[in-house]
Amino acid sequence: MMWINLAGFGLILLIIWWFWMYKSPNVAMQDGAVEIVVKDGVYQPSTIKIAANKDTAITFTRLDASSCSETLLIPDLEINATLPLNKKVSVTIPASLPGRYPFHCQMKMYLGELIVE
Amino acid sequence: MNTDSHKEGAGSPHKCCQTGSEQPNVKTASRSETLEANATGNETIEHELIIDGASCASCVNKIEKALLSVSGVQSAQMNFAQRTVQVKTNVEVTKLIQAVEKADYNAKVSTSESEEEALEEKDQADWQYYKKLMRDMTFALVLGVPLMIYSLVVGEMTVNTDTERLVWLLVGLLTLGVMVFAGKHFYIGAWNSFKNHSANMDTLIALGTGTAWLYSMVVVFAPEIVPLMARHVYFEATAMIIGLINLGLALEVKARGKTSEAIKRLIGLQAKTAKVIRDDKDIDIPIEDVLLNDLIRVRPGERISVDGDVVEGHTSIDESMLTGEPMPVEKSEGGQVVAGTINKSGSIVFKATRVGKDTALAQIINMVKRAQNSKPPIGRLADVISAYFVPVVMIIAVLSALVWLNFGPSPAIAYAMVSATTVLIIACPCALGLATPMSVMVGVGKAAEAGVLIRNGEALQTASKITSMVLDKTGTITEGAPKVTDIIVAGSQTEDEILLLVASLEAGSEHPLAMAIVESAADKGISPKKVTDFASLSGMGVEATLQNKKLLFGNEKLMKQQGIAIDKFVDKAQQLAAEAKTPMYFAVDEELAAVIAVADPIKSDSIEAIKRLQNNGIRVVMLTGDNRMTAKAVASMVGITDFVAEVMPEDKAKKVAEYQANGEIVGMTGDGINDAPALAHANVGFAIGTGTDVAIESADITLMRGSLHGLADAIAVSKATLTNIKQNLFGAFIYNAAGVPFAAGVLYPFFGLLLSPVIAGAAMAFSSLTVVTNANRLRFFKAKEH
Repeated sequence: MMWINLAGFGLILLIIWWFWMYKSPNVAMQDGAVEIVVKDGVYQPSTIKIAANKDTAITFTRLDASSCSETLLIPDLEINATLPLNKKVSVTIPASLPGRYPFHCQMKMYLGELIVE
Repeated sequence: MNTDSHKEGAGSPHKCCQTGSEQPNVKTASRSETLEANATGNETIEHELIIDGASCASCVNKIEKALLSVSGVQSAQMNFAQRTVQVKTNVEVTKLIQAVEKADYNAKVSTSESEEEALEEKDQADWQYYKKLMRDMTFALVLGVPLMIYSLVVGEMTVNTDTERLVWLLVGLLTLGVMVFAGKHFYIGAWNSFKNHSANMDTLIALGTGTAWLYSMVVVFAPEIVPLMARHVYFEATAMIIGLINLGLALEVKARGKTSEAIKRLIGLQAKTAKVIRDDKDIDIPIEDVLLNDLIRVRPGERISVDGDVVEGHTSIDESMLTGEPMPVEKSEGGQVVAGTINKSGSIVFKATRVGKDTALAQIINMVKRAQNSKPPIGRLADVISAYFVPVVMIIAVLSALVWLNFGPSPAIAYAMVSATTVLIIACPCALGLATPMSVMVGVGKAAEAGVLIRNGEALQTASKITSMVLDKTGTITEGAPKVTDIIVAGSQTEDEILLLVASLEAGSEHPLAMAIVESAADKGISPKKVTDFASLSGMGVEATLQNKKLLFGNEKLMKQQGIAIDKFVDKAQQLAAEAKTPMYFAVDEELAAVIAVADPIKSDSIEAIKRLQNNGIRVVMLTGDNRMTAKAVASMVGITDFVAEVMPEDKAKKVAEYQANGEIVGMTGDGINDAPALAHANVGFAIGTGTDVAIESADITLMRGSLHGLADAIAVSKATLTNIKQNLFGAFIYNAAGVPFAAGVLYPFFGLLLSPVIAGAAMAFSSLTVVTNANRLRFFKAKEH
């Protein structure tokens, strides 16, 4: 029983590490066209690094029929956009200060992050 | 983009190029500002041309080459997947179309985003998704329901004999089929999220159903490692949960469609064609082809296609669909007409001044859409919880299983598995996530229907909490257009004779009072005559000569200075002033001829609307630059006890700040131009639009009609929306806070109750549906004008 309990607590620690503690490795800076595909429950890629103090256009293509994924929100930049199914939508990220700007769907089930450096 | 398109194109059959007769349809979705620039200058602009029907790579090359051959085109890139071409150019869009036509394609110009098409496509996509979910649901329930009935009728689904093992293996494989065909999206979504170190609803469903299935398969394959009493299979739970959640999602798609009814209605206001006068002929063209400065004829009963100025004819126009104003508005030469409104009585010709994305209607649609997607601060807590929700539920599931394993009755492993699965399945992050946005969607749309444009969720929330409403007098409580109200004749002339003389005297002046007199004369068909020796007597009045008569018009001070006897009329003048009118004296050849009163009439419904605000417990304050006497008179007429007179425009913001310092949540209502600093300073700035002018940037909320009822409506809608959000959030919090411990089995030690995973699946599926349905109740909200 002790082993089972230890395994259970180990699992809990793993959950904490994997979902909260894990730091994503360095993401390459995007130059040129930035494209994000909304597919199968996630943004692909979900972490994007862009240059600070410069407008950047990100093209979103939603291939996921789930109605949740229809809305894209970047609350810190006061951006919201509707992503029609199977269409490319260009979202302009205005020149922003360095920082991390999360983006997500209406219910926060699709999660991503813009790293501005 | 371009590369992708070529790749796709290369693999497509070369249909379009082989059939010369079937020319693909090309239309542009170029922005309207593009057209403006085309008409005026040589700025380089990017056009987007949409092409229907091109289905091969060589079509792409042909179109790109044709466009690049036009001198002035810098680049032309076609996106094959979307059938669009991006063209950077400084030449007119018509030349681009001619070039495309030369290359054997039909071309037509569109200046709109074709909202209606987008909407149709969205409905179509939603319908396809709905059908897919229903199909998945049916597939899963065809297996799940009989299994469920069997388990209820026969009892436990145990694995004791080899025959039972074989049968359950078969059922297990069928369940796997259900998981692959009807639940694939949950597992793929969960895996993708997991790889991204995030977790969502898919994670919970995948883990819950996966655990139940895996446990059951272990029982089938290796019953010996499971205690005898725990040799049950739970395939029915997996199949039922997948079926029920698909059903919940399908019903949610349906319900969500209803939340966007308001925007659909607005988009539906857009006319499809316009009767344009070209070469002296009326031709019907799609509104996408209407260009700036086109002359457009509108007959009675027809819809106005784009914004413009009337150049011929007189009519009345129903603007209620945009402004909420029920009375038709009279329009004649020079009057502005707005896309989406309906021409009621006469036939008119108007010149297009704003087309495509620039029309008021397009801007309203855009603003409402943006506001519908924005979140009020009340939703932030739910957002914070959502971010931690799923991993926390996973931890609770593990803890629950451990508790059952350590302290639970026999068979502990079965109880542990059931409780962990149920915890994973019952938790519903979606209900939390949906609670706020769904209500905002409906509430903002509902406000738009009443002619109230709310900029964002924050304005919506703050408007519901306003304790003080500051109203500007001129143009807000009053019409903002002074009129002559009284002419008290002192001598032998008639009213019309006096009006002729005073109007002649004032014709050259731009003072608001002078304009009121000239307009009143014009209303009576009196044309002013030319005066000589005109002089403005600073701060007191004006004088001039007409037909050898010396005319003098001004205030009491002027009359006294000129030695004109007015004593008999001073009382009358004061009485007029007490009625919120501005009395002026008029003398002819140094004899008092009349007292003329000018007043800015109070809007017919201001009194009622102010009463509505006060009945809601809101303190109403009036600010005005006018003198105290007029201010007091207007305030008492509309039932306002708090008023501040003689406030300079720049001091209005200070007054707002003063109320805020006293702990008030202040709403400020003004015209959006003179009052911009005060509007920006207030907690919520309400701009009163002049009909359909929506370009009021300084306001949080724009009232499309002049009536103050819009103000009361805005507050009523925001209150109703906030109540709805609170109900949703409360429901979602309570559901999860009660459901998760119940699923973990906290009631078992006391009542022997443990929830079935199937019931948990049903509860989860319908919890988010309940949220959407509750938000939809807001659609029936009516702000009552009393």
